[in-house]
Amino acid sequence: MIDSFGALGGRMGRSWALGGLVALACAGAWAGENPLDPYEGFNRPMFAVNEVVDKYAAKPVAQIYDNAVPLPLKAGVGNFFGNAGDLWVGVNSALQGKFSDAGIDLSRLLINSTVGIFGLFDVASELGLEKHDEDFGQTLAVWGVGGGGYLYWPVIGPRNVRDTFGWGVDFYADPLMRVRPVSVSNSLAGLRFVDIRASLLPSDKVVEEAALDKYAYIRDAYQQRRRNQIFDGRPPRLDD
Amino acid sequence: MKKLFALTAAVFFATVAYAQEAPDVLVQRVTEDVLEIIRKDKDIQNGDTRKVIELVDKKVLPNFNFTHMTALALGKEWRKATPQQQTQLTAEFKTLLVRTYSNALTSYKNQKVVYKPFKMGAAETDVLVRTEVLQPGSKPVQLDYSLEKLDSGWRVYDVVVAGISLVTNYRDQFNQEVRNGGVDGLIASVAAKNRSLEANSAKSEKK
Repeated sequence: MIDSFGALGGRMGRSWALGGLVALACAGAWAGENPLDPYEGFNRPMFAVNEVVDKYAAKPVAQIYDNAVPLPLKAGVGNFFGNAGDLWVGVNSALQGKFSDAGIDLSRLLINSTVGIFGLFDVASELGLEKHDEDFGQTLAVWGVGGGGYLYWPVIGPRNVRDTFGWGVDFYADPLMRVRPVSVSNSLAGLRFVDIRASLLPSDKVVEEAALDKYAYIRDAYQQRRRNQIFDGRPPRLDD
Repeated sequence: MKKLFALTAAVFFATVAYAQEAPDVLVQRVTEDVLEIIRKDKDIQNGDTRKVIELVDKKVLPNFNFTHMTALALGKEWRKATPQQQTQLTAEFKTLLVRTYSNALTSYKNQKVVYKPFKMGAAETDVLVRTEVLQPGSKPVQLDYSLEKLDSGWRVYDVVVAGISLVTNYRDQFNQEVRNGGVDGLIASVAAKNRSLEANSAKSEKK
């Protein structure tokens, strides 16, 4: 469900991670039957918890935001967070050896931060500088690190072991989390959370209606989507 | 007489040209046709399920090969199913896909579709046509179609959104159902899902 959010402050992130490790150690004890999902016994209850949190908190807030805020302003918010992420995207492009991509990412940051007024307008895309989709989990994958088992976390949603670690690194590298005072950085994190959740509203209904088993549908979609991201949109064909 | 001959020839060549329409041209034509209709239709924009399914039935479905899609969704178990089971499952799966993804069309708002450059060899019978959906403030969404060449022309057998195949994403769920209740159990599950979606949309129409 939810994609990337460095919401809720660092301390909370750490305690989630610690709780996760403990839970993971327990989950090993009831390893499931599906080889693609060894921690299913841990994941399903976490998924159920998240469904409830989403239904009563995250989704209603996102719906209010989506209805109340006019489209140009929503686009500005999305662009702003996209721009704030472009430096780290560029670092990851470089770490993966894609230096011309990294150059584009950096140019985007410079153009959008200035001509694009603090990133509110994505002028660089209009100029043909395409936005890339990179994060540290993908970098690790390119370096040959395997995914590890699939995990479903409260709040941050689906991530395999590698991407959970990658998410932690992304989180600490996030410039918005270094903004002070903390109240501002928390507000930004909250707004980004709502923005991302709102952008997923249209797909909610599709998943709800399409899935025979929503948990499995989201898990398999996550795996396919990550594979696509790692190969930059051109994954080699799998045998059917 | 000469006129009649010219007319016949024109019709003949037009038909041939249509049958041999290249896969990327087909995707673009159908996409633009459908979007054009949605842009003008307030009922569809307001979420009229019946009307959008009608549109998809008429414009989109003739270009899809649902038997292939269902086989791909099920994987190895497909060959173990009887022809009758295959037909039943294909019908139910088609209903499910059409309903869920037609509904997605009702949330269309000003997105633009960009068609990626496409090249293919003359002998190719299985190709990927790549497009991208652009919307302000969001990352572009990759939307790709796998097409195969049949005697009757090119047919879509897979739709891939942001790398997620809407068809193979069912593989594990389908196999789980087959493990639990055989192919008949799977058919029953998909049918039950369809009935509950039908009931829900009937309920929301009454409101």
